[in-house]
Amino acid sequence: MLVWSLTGRIGAWSLLALVFGLIYVLPLAVIALASFAGQWNSMLPSQLTLDNYASVIAGESGEQLRVSLITAALASTIALLSGTWAAIALRTVAPAPRRLLDLLFFIPSAVPSVSVGLGLLVAFSQKPVLLNGTTAIVIIAHLVLISAFTYGNVAAGLSRLPPEFEQVAESLGARPFYRLLHVTLPLVTPYLIAALSLSFAMSMGELGATAMVYPPGWVTMPVGIFALTDRGEVFQGAALTMLLAVSTLAVLVGLSLVPAKAAAR
Amino acid sequence: MASDGVAVLPAARLRLNGAWVVPPLGILAALFFYPLALIIQQSVTTAGGLPDFGSYARVLAGPLFANALLHTLEIALLATTGCLALGFTMALVLTFVPFPGARALSRLIDTFIALPTFLIALALTFIYGSAGIANMSIMQLTGAEEPPIDFLYTVAGVVLAEVTVYTPFVMRPLLAAFSLIETAQIEVASSLGAGAWRIIRRVILPAALPALLAGGSLCLLLTVNEFGIVFFIGAKGVITLPLLVYGKAIQEDDYTAACVIAVVNIALSLSLFLLYRVMVARVDQGQRGA
Repeated sequence: MLVWSLTGRIGAWSLLALVFGLIYVLPLAVIALASFAGQWNSMLPSQLTLDNYASVIAGESGEQLRVSLITAALASTIALLSGTWAAIALRTVAPAPRRLLDLLFFIPSAVPSVSVGLGLLVAFSQKPVLLNGTTAIVIIAHLVLISAFTYGNVAAGLSRLPPEFEQVAESLGARPFYRLLHVTLPLVTPYLIAALSLSFAMSMGELGATAMVYPPGWVTMPVGIFALTDRGEVFQGAALTMLLAVSTLAVLVGLSLVPAKAAAR
Repeated sequence: MASDGVAVLPAARLRLNGAWVVPPLGILAALFFYPLALIIQQSVTTAGGLPDFGSYARVLAGPLFANALLHTLEIALLATTGCLALGFTMALVLTFVPFPGARALSRLIDTFIALPTFLIALALTFIYGSAGIANMSIMQLTGAEEPPIDFLYTVAGVVLAEVTVYTPFVMRPLLAAFSLIETAQIEVASSLGAGAWRIIRRVILPAALPALLAGGSLCLLLTVNEFGIVFFIGAKGVITLPLLVYGKAIQEDDYTAACVIAVVNIALSLSLFLLYRVMVARVDQGQRGA
């Protein structure tokens, strides 16, 4: 206990409550309220309605929800496969080249998303591979942006693994791939799930690279939200933002239940 | 590609070795490093395909670039300072002035990392925007004609949004560092008559310094790269480097200029990334030594 006096403690807690309320609770509450607002010209909305949600789901935004979910699911799954593969393969590399390769796998997380999009536009608008204007370029952009986070999470999990389990499996005669499938991967499953969750959430909210590369036929929710608010449909924009946040959190909660099930088996 | 690496080994027992790193590395090279190289190539090539370094002089000397660079640095430094101050204060109260639910609250703040950054920007326009709640309420109360609150469409608005979004990234390493501080150390200092400020300065701050530096350098990197927040607030006077890259490429179709600015932006980001890696290595060393 750092602060002993009751008044001091109450002071510290009030400060925390004030800051937390002002910068975290208030914005979320306002978005939620705006998504139900018909009109909002004073302190509180003058009428509450479900119209925003109805028109968002019935309109082109319903398609954007589908596009975002497919994009995020594909990009995060491929990133998980590739990142896990990389992290496992890197364990067998000598320390010096490993540090360099590790750095290479992390670099995409350092480059601004808009520049990642620009690079893809420049590279795939010319031969040998033409992808400009396709769905694939959006998924590739997301994959590149989230790959470092997936790799990082899995690598962190592997480095925290106590070596005994794998050593015991080896001494019992388990072959490398059997060991990988039945010992190593199950042990790092929580990290794989965490990596998948984080990269799914990042992909759902990605805007910078998507804004650079998306074709008219593959519009994600963040791009749709910007289009709505840009033309003044702010309450529909809020409704679509709520859909984005709720669908992201729903998938995260769903994924967080997976390890418990796997462990119970 | 995988079979290439494995073929040299005895076929009967497939082994895990370094060659297996080739497939994911190949994907990374094709989808990330190759486009990156083409950005650099395009930045020094004319539309006709001839080498030309003049585009750097043309783009970097313009007032737009200088303005964007200054705004990017100003916003990143202010937002990082804000994140560090806010993150330190909140982590301090959560750890050392604990209350029931403190853990749940810190986990709740952590889930903000999963939400898109522009969500906060959008929320702030509802609260502090020219037609937002704050302005509407004040105008109704005072009868003012013009919206009195207009900070949102300046650097301050972007900074407020970024502080909100990126403070959880500072709190994570800080909470981890704080949890390593022996509470007995603080109890003893306290029983010897040291006040809270003195304990913070002499015990907590030195122990948290590596985490502060790591969190701060991560914040610098993320705020330099931030696009969604600045894009959504849409202040005409506040243009950052990522926004300028977008504007040049998508709105003006000037890919050479976009690539020149992207090269500068990427160079800045990569140096901040290296700074971050050095800081994290120091945290790891400190924790291993403890």
